[in-house]
Order: sequence, then C-alpha cells, then structure tokens
Amino acid sequence: MTTLLDVRDVSKHFTMGGIFGRKTVNAVMDARFSLSAENPEIFTIIGESGSGKTTLARMILGLEDPSEGEILFRGKKVTRHAGRAEKLAFMSQVQPVFQNPFEAFNPLKKIERYLESTARRFLQTRDTAVIDRAMDEALQKVGLSLKEVRGRFPHEMSGGQLQRCAIARALIPNPPLLIADEPVSMVDASLRMSIVNLLKSLRDDLKVSVIYITHDLATAYYISNRLIIMQRGRIVEMGDARTVLDSPQHPYSKLLKASVLSTDDAGDGKLETDPGMVTAANGLVGQAGKLVARPDGREVRVYG
Amino acid sequence: MAEDIVKVEGLKAYYQMNYFGVSREVRAVDGITMTVRKGEVYGIAGESSSGKTSFIKVLAAAIRPPLRVVEGSVKFDFKNGPFEVATATPREIEAVRWKHLSYIMQGSMSVLNPVRRIGRTFHDFASRPMGLTGKAFEDRVIAHLARLKLPPEVLKAYPHELSGGMRQRVTIGLATVCHPEFIIADEPTTALDVVVQKEVLSLIRDIQKEMNAAVVFVTHDMSVHANVADRVGIIYAGRLVEEGPTRDMFFAPKHPYTAHLVASLPRIGDTKQRPALEGRPPNLADPPQGCRFHPRCPLAVDKCRQEAPPLEQVGPDHRTACWRWQDVKPLVGASAPSGVMA
Repeated sequence: MTTLLDVRDVSKHFTMGGIFGRKTVNAVMDARFSLSAENPEIFTIIGESGSGKTTLARMILGLEDPSEGEILFRGKKVTRHAGRAEKLAFMSQVQPVFQNPFEAFNPLKKIERYLESTARRFLQTRDTAVIDRAMDEALQKVGLSLKEVRGRFPHEMSGGQLQRCAIARALIPNPPLLIADEPVSMVDASLRMSIVNLLKSLRDDLKVSVIYITHDLATAYYISNRLIIMQRGRIVEMGDARTVLDSPQHPYSKLLKASVLSTDDAGDGKLETDPGMVTAANGLVGQAGKLVARPDGREVRVYG
Repeated sequence: MAEDIVKVEGLKAYYQMNYFGVSREVRAVDGITMTVRKGEVYGIAGESSSGKTSFIKVLAAAIRPPLRVVEGSVKFDFKNGPFEVATATPREIEAVRWKHLSYIMQGSMSVLNPVRRIGRTFHDFASRPMGLTGKAFEDRVIAHLARLKLPPEVLKAYPHELSGGMRQRVTIGLATVCHPEFIIADEPTTALDVVVQKEVLSLIRDIQKEMNAAVVFVTHDMSVHANVADRVGIIYAGRLVEEGPTRDMFFAPKHPYTAHLVASLPRIGDTKQRPALEGRPPNLADPPQGCRFHPRCPLAVDKCRQEAPPLEQVGPDHRTACWRWQDVKPLVGASAPSGVMA
C-alpha cells in the first residue's frame, strides 16, 4: 500500500502584531492523517470557522509552509519553495476548489479565461481545439457546457453555477487529489446534492480522492469515508465517518451534531441547544490532551 | 386568523435592459400573489436565479432600475397607515424604512462599514428614524444589544474585531432596533457554521416573538425553514409554485419541486442515494411555455407543456400550482427513491 498524502504531526503558528505586543495564534496543532493511493476516498475535515481547517488545506496545497512537521505527497515533501517545474507537476496532481467562487474568479475577465489558462498550462498546448475540448469535458462533468459559459462574466452567473465552474477548472488536469474547501456552502440546496453526488462519482468512477472541508455534518455523513473533527486547531475526534457521527464521543462533536437542523420536527420551531453542551465543549478549548484510540477504530481526544 | 401585514397581488417586476441597442427583458417576478400575516414567519425558498431576491427587493421598496414593477401591487398595512410600494415616493419610503419595514442583510462583513465603529453605524442607521440623539439614543441601543446578548463594548469595536456570529447579531440588532413591524431576512445564516447558525436563528425567532413582528425569511436551505418558518412559499422561475404551513410542506408536499427540495436534504443516520434534480432553473429572459417546471419535472404531461397551472387551494392554507398535484407523493421516509423521482 502506498500513501498518496501523508500529513505528519503538522502545526502552524501565525504571529500577529508588530514589534510591540506580538501574539502567536496556533492555527493548527499536531494534525496527522494519511490517504492511501489505492483506495480513493472522501476524507472530510469538519470544524467551525476558526478551527484551522482552511489553514490545514492551504498547507496541503503548498501555499503555506508548516511551522512544525511535514506533509508528504507521494513521498515528496510539499513545500512553498519548490522549483517552477516541480510546482507545476505538483499542482497538476493536487487541485483546489475554494470556498467563495466570487473571489476565485477575476471579476473583470470572462469565466472561460480562467479555465483556459488552467488548460493551457496543464495540457501544455496552444491548440484551441484541444483546449476547448478539455474545457467542455470538464464543464460537462459538473452539469454545464462550454456553450453556456463562454462569453460570460462571473457576475452574470449565480454562486452555484460559478462554483461548478470552479470545480470544472480543478478537474481539467485530471488530478488524483482534490481539495474542496466548503464547496457547497454557497450553492443552492437543490444543486448542492448534485455537487455532493458529483464528488462521490469522482471518487467512485474517476478514482479521485477528495479532501472535503465543511461544517455541514449531514453532507459529510452522506459522502465521506473517514473524517476528522477539529476544534481551535486541534483534532478532537477522528475515524470512520459513520462511526463518529452516529455516536460522537467528544463534547465538541456532540455539540456539532446537536446543532444540525433537523427536518423531522418541521414546523415545531425547536431551536434551543442545551447550554450545558456549549459550556462543556468550550471548556476544553486550549487544553492539550491527547488522542486515544478506541476499540471501534476511532481516535478521541481525552484530557487530564 | 391574524390580519395581513402585506398583500401582494399579481406582482410582476421585470428587469428591462437596453445594451448596445439590444433590449432584453428578464421576468424576475412574474405574477406572484401572496400575503404575510401579522406576527408570523414566512419562509421563502427558491434556487438562485429563481427571482426570490428580486421579489424581496420589491417587498423592501428597494426598486432601482433596471428593475421595474410592471404590474400588480404590494400593499402594506402599517400602524401609521397603508403603504403601497409600487407608487411610493422616496419621501414615503423614507418614512417607513427601518421603523416599519426593515431588512436583515446577507453577508455581515460587507454590510458593516469596516472603517466605522459599530456605535457610529448604529447612529447612522437608527438615530434619525428613532428621533433620538446622544445619551438617550445610546441607552436604547445598549438595552437592545443586551437583548441580543451583546455587551455594550461592541459599540466601540470595529467590524473586523468581532466574530462572524457576533457581526450577524449586530446586523440583526441594526434591523430591529427601531422595532419594525415587518422584517425581511435575506439569507442571514448562509456562510455561518452550524453552531452559530442555530444560535442566530433562535435569536431571530425570539426577537420576532417578543416584538410580534412579521418576518419574511429567505433562504434556499430547507432545513432552516423547517425550524424557523410558520409558513413556507416556494418560488420557481419567478412564480410562487407552492405555499403552505411548514409541516404540510415537509410531510405532504403537493408540488414535485417541493417534494424534490425536501427529499434532497441529506440526514445523519441515512446514507441512501439522494436524488439530485437534473437540469437547471430556466433562463428568465426566455422562460419555457406552460408550467415552468415541466422540463425538469418527472410528472410532466402534455398539458403541462402548454398551459401554466394556476395557484389553487388544495388544503387549509395550502396552495399549489401543479396540474398533477394529486399524484405528488412525499419522498421523505420512503425506503427507496420512489414516486415522482423514480
């Protein structure tokens, strides 16, 4: 078994402030997990805003160097300081889908320009027919076509359509690993499932592994094989998605599950969260603890 | 039954554009008739580009070219007298805005002025409509913030110093500080994480109950409607396709689109394949003939392709615009995807 991605005890600290009043923020602390190359899977990172999930994704993409630990992709270290050719080779293997498509696309340029530049770069060709075909194929995979997209600017499309274009762009070089940072948070409910199903079919049919970053537990339960739950930079629970979400053990995981809006009691207007749960989860912020394996295969952070 | 606070009748609002000699008409709102009662939460659901944002722009009396009200009326019944959106003068709009008709905006980061302290923003927004200044105004604002569980120090902070949830609470505070009778909430919880989302929703619900205001709650997330709304209306391609009490909409939908929306929600503890609706919402500059949902509808018959169905009463408080509503089956709880999506 070869590993595709190996995240080894990675930490990231940011320093804020100037000469006076310097402050360190621990965005990610001792994260570790690995993805196998043979079994493509959807690996989910769950956490609230500020839990470090985006920082972790940026480190995997090589946009940010870890303060401690290292990340290996196919045995090679991921670093921000790689050479140009090396970087291009890495980028054709690991592609991002970012959170907000309106920020991903240049508002002054037509959408196809962004797709086109990706295609030109990774297919190493200037032949417009080849580029067009690659773009159209990628767009078809996300339920659009080049005909619809051509000539339009980002503001002319809805957030959902634009996000699908962003996914299509990521699919152009046929990468084995896709890093999707909250890809559905800006997408309509009715299209959300088509994107989630799309990620699923990418895994099943095209053997693409996906690191799916989200705070939506329901879609995470629906598609992921394994997941980690992060709270303020620390992994608090990790394991098989179904096992973890069916009966979360860590207080923070429990709080997350309790906060999911259910449709079973539609119309009753029940919105209270048990305040005890919130205090229990917040009380653990900042405590180190350590991850301990449980007999059912998951790992839970325990304290004291 | 409570009185209506707003009556929308046959509302048509189009975007009329003329670029380089080519004129284009986008029928964003195409004949919506509905009412919102005093003290209820009315949920509006619909995809992007379904016209729901244009519709609430009209409701909020924020009609700017190229959007134009072509037909129909929106009549409010406020305490200080009736208010008709389509014919209102800027002066009349100013008289009701914030005090009677208020708006919780989407994206709390871009709503708040980043270079002004929250206190200044409150002053800019609310001082004039409330007719208060100085200490009296500040006391009122602080009392109101306390209700939203925000400390008075928030007034001294800049937007970037607050967390996403706090910022959203500040925008709710701005919208409700004048005790409006009618509040429009446009996707107030999109892009908030689950824990904060629930907190913000229950806050909106509490403050709505306390002030007995009517709230029009717009979001495409059906699970939010399930927990917040008293009644839900579904907008598809500029038209209201179904409207009913929240419970009925979830457990006995009478429009295939609603049935799909409800069924497509994934749930924890359930991993069976969820159907995704094929196709795309129609282009409103050139909507399909007949029922606008027919190209994506699994129940479509010839009649659907030719004639647009009217919005008809199918139960207490429940209206739907579908020729085949009797054949629509709820998909939730079924062991396999059957019925309309089979």
